[in-house]
Amino acid sequence: MLILQCPYCGVMADETELHAGGEAHIKRFGPGSSDEEFEGYMFGRENPKGVHFERWRHVNGCGKWFHAARDTNTMEVFGTYTAQTSTPPEDLLAQIRDKRPGFKWREFS
Amino acid sequence: MKRYSAFAIAREALKGHTGWERAWRNAQPKKRYDVIIVGAGGHGLATAYYLGKNFGITNVAVIEKGWLGGGNTGRNTTIIRSNYLQDPSAAIYEKARSLYETMSQDLNFNVMFSPRGVLMLAQTEHEVRGYQRTAHANALQGVTTEFVSPERVKEIVPIINIDGPRYPVLGGLWQARAGTARHDAVAWGYARACSDMGMDIIQKCEVTGVTRENGKVTGVETTKGHIGCDKLGIVVAGHSGQVAELAGFRLPIEAVPLQALVSEPIKPCMDCVVMANTVHGYMSQSDKGEMVIGGGTDGYNGFTQRGSFHHVEETVRALVETFPMISRLKMLRQWGGIVDMTGDRSPILSKTPVEGVFINCGWGTGGFKAIPGSGWGFAELMATGHSPLTADFGLNRFREGRFIDESVAAGVAH
Repeated sequence: MLILQCPYCGVMADETELHAGGEAHIKRFGPGSSDEEFEGYMFGRENPKGVHFERWRHVNGCGKWFHAARDTNTMEVFGTYTAQTSTPPEDLLAQIRDKRPGFKWREFS
Repeated sequence: MKRYSAFAIAREALKGHTGWERAWRNAQPKKRYDVIIVGAGGHGLATAYYLGKNFGITNVAVIEKGWLGGGNTGRNTTIIRSNYLQDPSAAIYEKARSLYETMSQDLNFNVMFSPRGVLMLAQTEHEVRGYQRTAHANALQGVTTEFVSPERVKEIVPIINIDGPRYPVLGGLWQARAGTARHDAVAWGYARACSDMGMDIIQKCEVTGVTRENGKVTGVETTKGHIGCDKLGIVVAGHSGQVAELAGFRLPIEAVPLQALVSEPIKPCMDCVVMANTVHGYMSQSDKGEMVIGGGTDGYNGFTQRGSFHHVEETVRALVETFPMISRLKMLRQWGGIVDMTGDRSPILSKTPVEGVFINCGWGTGGFKAIPGSGWGFAELMATGHSPLTADFGLNRFREGRFIDESVAAGVAH
């Protein structure tokens, strides 16, 4: 079972205590954007076979949203971090680069 | 190709079964082909078959990273039905269902199609209204389904509990001509027929790149060298996003594991397929007597052909409520497949931004039932540039907002 640490309350939570919220760091394109931008915002997803940044909610716990970096192929969890950011923390990215040379995810690499 | 028949069995029985030939040739790649299909699963092989049968295009290679039919074709719960809400879906799934009826004769390979009926339970008022709507839509589409009473449900499936405390059965959507087939045999039958037409099925050959010139495809780089082609069909289900990336475009697809499990074999007790979408579980009995159980998808992206363990409990809990007699049943195996989900839960059969590259993906949790219809339509699209079956399933629908919304129509299990 997937276990993630909630960065707010510190609990090591089983996935049954959490709710997956899909891809993280998506930039919203609303009224006034082009069709292409809106399509990208609504449906364009990284869908990597490898390291992925995701949103999770500690739904049966403190209730807070947070982010996680997880490998979709090996299920390795690199870490979790606060939702109050639009980029993954630099130390987490460094750790992923170290373990996965050539890693790339949207504008982060 | 030697034809299979009762006579052939008798002949071989007398000869000690020494005269059976390989069902398909183990081919090595030529320098180039007219058409290359990536992915030797059901959809890829069906596409190749109809390219040959309907359009006379036989200079075709089907290349496969693993082994033939080793992906979702060999991992599904073998259910075939066509009771969809939207017209484009009903058209392609009903085409598929009708082709399954004669597939064993067409391919000279017993795919064990069994039109045993599929019953989708309505367990909330909302579901009753939803399925009545689907039954009316199906009547207009020429798909034979009916909405049946709880008493009729009990008649069709005597082992069911229709008056459970939490989700009593309030009715059901019954498609009598739906059913199951032997999933491996579908891939094997198509592979044998393709090989007989002179097509090459190349296994253990992974695509590592797509070569292009002036925006047009010229071939694929593989672990067995470069293979040239005029047209390329990508039919790889769970890894569609990864192969599309090699060709330089992106797909509105996310991959998640979907799991299934199967019990020890028991005596015949249920002669149709029952799907309970509210409590989320579905079940049928295989010819060997095993109860074949479909579970849920994970809530997050994944490529582990395994799935989250807690879904097993949720699925089994729901089914034990619905079928109390299975509570002591032991489960033999559990497995997962990587399904490619689109935003509207409908597939993509489409041209792509790269000239000559076509994509057939996004079948999500319900690809097996569509194999012949998908192959029929996709072959027509690849051969002629247009197919009435696939016209509404283009990639452009996500930009234009013309969704074929089946996530509402079919709930979870489709």
